[in-house]
Parts: sequence; C-alpha cells; structure tokens
Amino acid sequence: MKISQKISPFIRNLNIKSILQLKKHFKGDDIFKLVSALFASSIFLLLGLMVYELVKGSWLSIQTFGLNFIVGTKWDPAVSKVFGTLPLILGTLVTSAIALLIGVPISLGVGLALSEYMPKKFGLAVSFLVELLAAVPSVIYGLWGIFVLIPFLRNHVYSCLQAVFGFIPLFSGPIYGGGVLTGGIVLAIMIIPTVSAVMRDLFLAVPNSQREAMIALGATKWETAKTVISYARSGVIGAAILGLGRAVGETMAITMVIGNKFQVWPSSLFDAWYTMAAIIANELLEATYDLYISALINVGLVLLFVTLIINVLARLIVWRTLRLTRGIARE
Amino acid sequence: MKTIYKVAIPIAIIAVAVASAFAYQYLATEQTITLNGAGATFPFPLIDKWAAEYHKIKPNVQVNYQGIGSGGGIQQHTEKTVHFAASDAPLTEAQAAKVPNTLHIPITIGGVVVIYNLPGIAKGLKFTGEILADICLGKITKWNDARLTAINPGISLPDQPITVVHRSDGSGTTFIWTSYLSNVSPEWKETVGRGTSVNWPTGLGGKGNDGVTALVQQTPYSIGYVEFTYAKKNNLAYGYVQNAAGEFIEPSIESFTKAAEYAAVTLPRGDASWSKVSIVDSLANNTQARGAYPITSFSYILVYKELNVLPNMNEATAKALVDFLWWTVHDGQNYAADLYYVPLPSSVVAHNEETIRLITFNGQQIRK
Repeated sequence: MKISQKISPFIRNLNIKSILQLKKHFKGDDIFKLVSALFASSIFLLLGLMVYELVKGSWLSIQTFGLNFIVGTKWDPAVSKVFGTLPLILGTLVTSAIALLIGVPISLGVGLALSEYMPKKFGLAVSFLVELLAAVPSVIYGLWGIFVLIPFLRNHVYSCLQAVFGFIPLFSGPIYGGGVLTGGIVLAIMIIPTVSAVMRDLFLAVPNSQREAMIALGATKWETAKTVISYARSGVIGAAILGLGRAVGETMAITMVIGNKFQVWPSSLFDAWYTMAAIIANELLEATYDLYISALINVGLVLLFVTLIINVLARLIVWRTLRLTRGIARE
Repeated sequence: MKTIYKVAIPIAIIAVAVASAFAYQYLATEQTITLNGAGATFPFPLIDKWAAEYHKIKPNVQVNYQGIGSGGGIQQHTEKTVHFAASDAPLTEAQAAKVPNTLHIPITIGGVVVIYNLPGIAKGLKFTGEILADICLGKITKWNDARLTAINPGISLPDQPITVVHRSDGSGTTFIWTSYLSNVSPEWKETVGRGTSVNWPTGLGGKGNDGVTALVQQTPYSIGYVEFTYAKKNNLAYGYVQNAAGEFIEPSIESFTKAAEYAAVTLPRGDASWSKVSIVDSLANNTQARGAYPITSFSYILVYKELNVLPNMNEATAKALVDFLWWTVHDGQNYAADLYYVPLPSSVVAHNEETIRLITFNGQQIRK
C-alpha cells in the first residue's frame, strides 16, 4: 500500500492509542519518508516566509514607488527621498559577469589540470588547498583587496592597460584603483575555489571508457580533455551558475573594493560603481526613517528576484543541454 | 571492588568541586546588575573603556555596549530592549514623537577633519567651507585651482585632478560633514542636503572610517573626511578649516572643546526637544566664536526619563544605571583624551547633571 493511502485513515481514527501504536500503521520506511517529506517542505516554508517578510518590510516602498523603484536611477535619501535601483541592478550583473568571464575559464583549467594532467598525489594536495581557499571569509578577501590588490593593480596593471588600450573608452578615464574591474577580479578570485572544486569532481566522474575510447582512436591528450569537458557540459554550466550565485550575493568584499559610487553606467572599467548587496550592507544600519529602511528592504527583495531569475535561466540551460546530449546519444 | 573506589572517589571529589564552583558562580552573579546599551560606533571605544573601568570600581555592575550604529541604537531604544542607547545625532522630531520622555545626555565630542594625500605636502593646508563644498560637488576639480592657491600662498599645489573620498555606509560622521557643507553652501543644501547617507555628486565611497582612511592613504591626490581619532592614529595630513569668525582652525582637542563651549550656552533642557541641537549649526553664523573648530559635534546617550517603562526594571538596576551615567560625565571623562576623544567642558557637565537628576523610577527621583 502506498503511504499516501495510509495517511488519511490514520488521521481519521486519530486517538492516543493509535499514536502509541504508530508502528502498527506505518513501517519504518514510511516514517522515514514522512520525516524527509517534512524536511523537504520546510524549504518551501522558509522561502515563503522570506518572501513574505521582504514584501512586508518593503511594502511602504512598493506603494510609494511601484515599478519606478526598479527603473529609477536616483538614490537620494537626504533631500528628495527618492529611491531607484536600476544602477544597482546593472552594477550587480556587470561585476558578476566580469567575475564569470575571468573566473570560469581559470576554474575550468584548474579542474582539468587536477583531474587529467596532474599526478594523483600532487592533484590531491592542490585540491585540498583549493578547498581551503573556499573557506576564507569574504571580509578577508576585501581587506586583501584594499591593501594588496588595489595598489598592485593601480600601479602595475591598470596603467599598462590604459597605455595600450587607452583609445578604447572602456579603458580610458581616471584610475582610482578600486572600481568595476577590481570588483570583478576580486569576485572572480572568490568564486574560483568553489567552481573549480565542482569542476574537478565533474571531470573525475566522467567514465574512463570515454578517455580510453579517445586514446584508442589516437587522440592527443588535449583532444581527450575536450571530450571530457563536453561529456560534463551541463555540469560545467551548473558550476558556473553556482559561481554566479555567489558573485551576485557577495557583499563584504565587493563593498570594500568597488568604490560605492551610485551611477547608472560607469565611464570606464576603472570607474567606481555600486551593487545591491553593497548598498544594503552600507546603509541599513544608519537608515533613519521608515521609507528609507523600507527602500533598502525592497532592494533585498529585488536581489532575491534577480537571483531567482538567474537560477531559473540556468536550470533551463542545463535542461536544454542535457536534452541535446541525450538526443545526440540516441542518434 | 577496590578499583571502583579508585575511580569513583576522585570523580566524586571533582563533581563536588565543579558543583560548588557553579553554585558560587550562581550566587555571585545573582547580585550582578547588567546594563545593556547599543548604538553609535563612534563612541564605542570610549564606552567600552568606561565599561571596563566602571567594573573595576563597582564589580557587581556589568555594562555591555554594542556598536551597531546610531540608527540601530535608536530603534532598540524605541523598542525598549536596551537600558541606554547612543547616537551621534539627536532624535529628529519624528523619532522623538515615538519615544516621548527621552533624555539626551551629550557624553563626548567628536570632530570631523579633512584629510588629504598630497605627496610632499604635510598637514595644515587651508580650506574654506565654500571650497570644501565645491570640491565635494565636483566643481573644483584640480588641486591647483585658483581659489585653493589664493588662500594657501607658499604651497605649490600640483596640477592634478582631485579624487573625493566619502563614507559609503550611513554614518554620523557623514551627517556632521554634510550638515557643515549645507550650512556653507546653498547649492549643496538644495541638491545634496544633509543625512547619514546622501546622494554624492562625485567621488569614491569607502566603508567606515577605516575604509576612507585606507582609500585616501592609497590614492594620491585624494581628499576625504574622517573622525579626528583616525587622522591622528594613522598620521594622516589634515587641513585647517575656516570658521565663521574668519580664522583657519587646526582641529585639536582644544578647538573642539571651544566649539562645544560656544554651543553649550544654548542647550535645551534634557527632556525638551533636541532635534535642532547641532554644534555645526550653532557655529555656522557665530562670528564671535574665536578658536572654535566648525565641524564639531556631540555624541549622545539616550535614556528614558521614567525608567519603569523598561521591562524587567527594578530599583537596583535603575540606580545602577543612573550612577553609571553620573560617573561617565564626571570621572569617566578622564579616560577620553587618551583615546583622542574630547572631554566635556564643565558647562556641559553641569548641564548633564541637571538632566540626570530628571531621571525617575516609579516617579521617585533617583539622583538628588
């Protein structure tokens, strides 16, 4: 008998005796099933409560600004008390995209090196270190960014970049040290440990028959590696999304290096910008009136939705590639 | 059998020892009074020092203070979850309406100083209010601007763009700074205004006094503002600012004290509205205030006038709180200078004595 069929008669005849004789009605397996279902549904409850609290907190702001909150480009808590988050959304997405652009190829390389190229023992040592990096708190990355990375980038890297590519608007303008590119680089460094650890596991999970088949066909090491990547393709995308999730929500480190300048679009990669998580961290503690606090909570709600949309898109991409690979396999 | 005793007896002895230690602890802590406070981060090191020193004098009183920001402190005060709160700004009319009968006790004085990073130029660059406002508005963009060179003869200012550094987080420091800029520049007042965070027309944001300090230290040709303590501790070059009397004043304990003395003349009663109290504002047009540094501010402790509104309040705790407050405005002030805080001038101490005498528990005056 299915567990769902057992529950309703049990509830109908609910009394102390039946509770004491729980084991008579349900087998151990059933109980385990029930308990895990309870845990699983707690996720929905948690997310529901979170959305409820965020909407409740930001209700004042939603009523006041409506959709203008999302497309608005002004954040003025002092004089006109108008709040809009478009620059923050753009800042969050662009810095995260830069982080992926830099971080994913490197992570791919690390993963491949660890699974395909390095001797096992050495690979183990390196993967241990990579996992250690993932455990470093983000405020440490931020401090390191301020005191080590920013001076280095400003003095040695950005000035060279500007000297060579200065004619492109992307690389012109004043160099402060902190800014969009620095933010992206710090985020990239932060996501590399997680993403590359996942990629290594993915590549290790690729069956050896694939590699053997390639070698049997006379493929080079690089050609074999390419097959390994394409076999694990959907997982690779998933790993990148995992990194994107971390980059979008990252708060402390990005706040410390991005320059926190509220503007719709920066004049160059060296200019300062702002992100959603950063403005909440910066301003919530000293927000002095209800609408201001409400607007900041509203930013949190928007951030939640942006993350949600990214995750849904990622799921869709993963499913699509999975279907494609399966389709190819069937042919 | 014997082996059992060998094990059991030491275990029993240890158990008794541990139990009696716990019992002692419990009995000892039973009389301990804990005073909880929360609020501004600016006075945190000072209040923390007070808590430690006061515990030495009165071992049964334990003061806990959490530096969660003025806004958070006011919120906890409103929700009555702390015995006292600290704020860098007095309550606004709207905030005060939610918590009537709140007393304001100025506990220390802070000064906001202009810091800059100009290779080869030490402290003492002169600024007027209008020039600072125009720099922050992005209207003065070069260090060798004619207006800057005119008041700084003999200093060769570089032909370099100015990078403005401001606080990115909401802070009392920003409130004081933007209040000052609003007073000296009508344009600033209308377009940017005053607040714990504002819509900055230009510049980079650093998180906290530390963040601004680090950014200025690392960015050549930058200018920023921090609490005096940070400029001193980090050996930053800081500027002299012109006051309404026309003098260029070096920020120092003395010039901050002077500023507070001029403002103390007009302080309202402890239980009246303090929303208009601001040293910065009171000095804005005071052409007589010689020697006073214009960007100075009080930091306040907020406490209820009638303490029985707090949950779990009893007479002993009320008395402990009042005694602690009394101590902070008197003996506690001796610890200020070592931490680069400004001790209260005697006129403000006298004013605070009146305020603390207003505190009651169940209608009974506590400190007579």
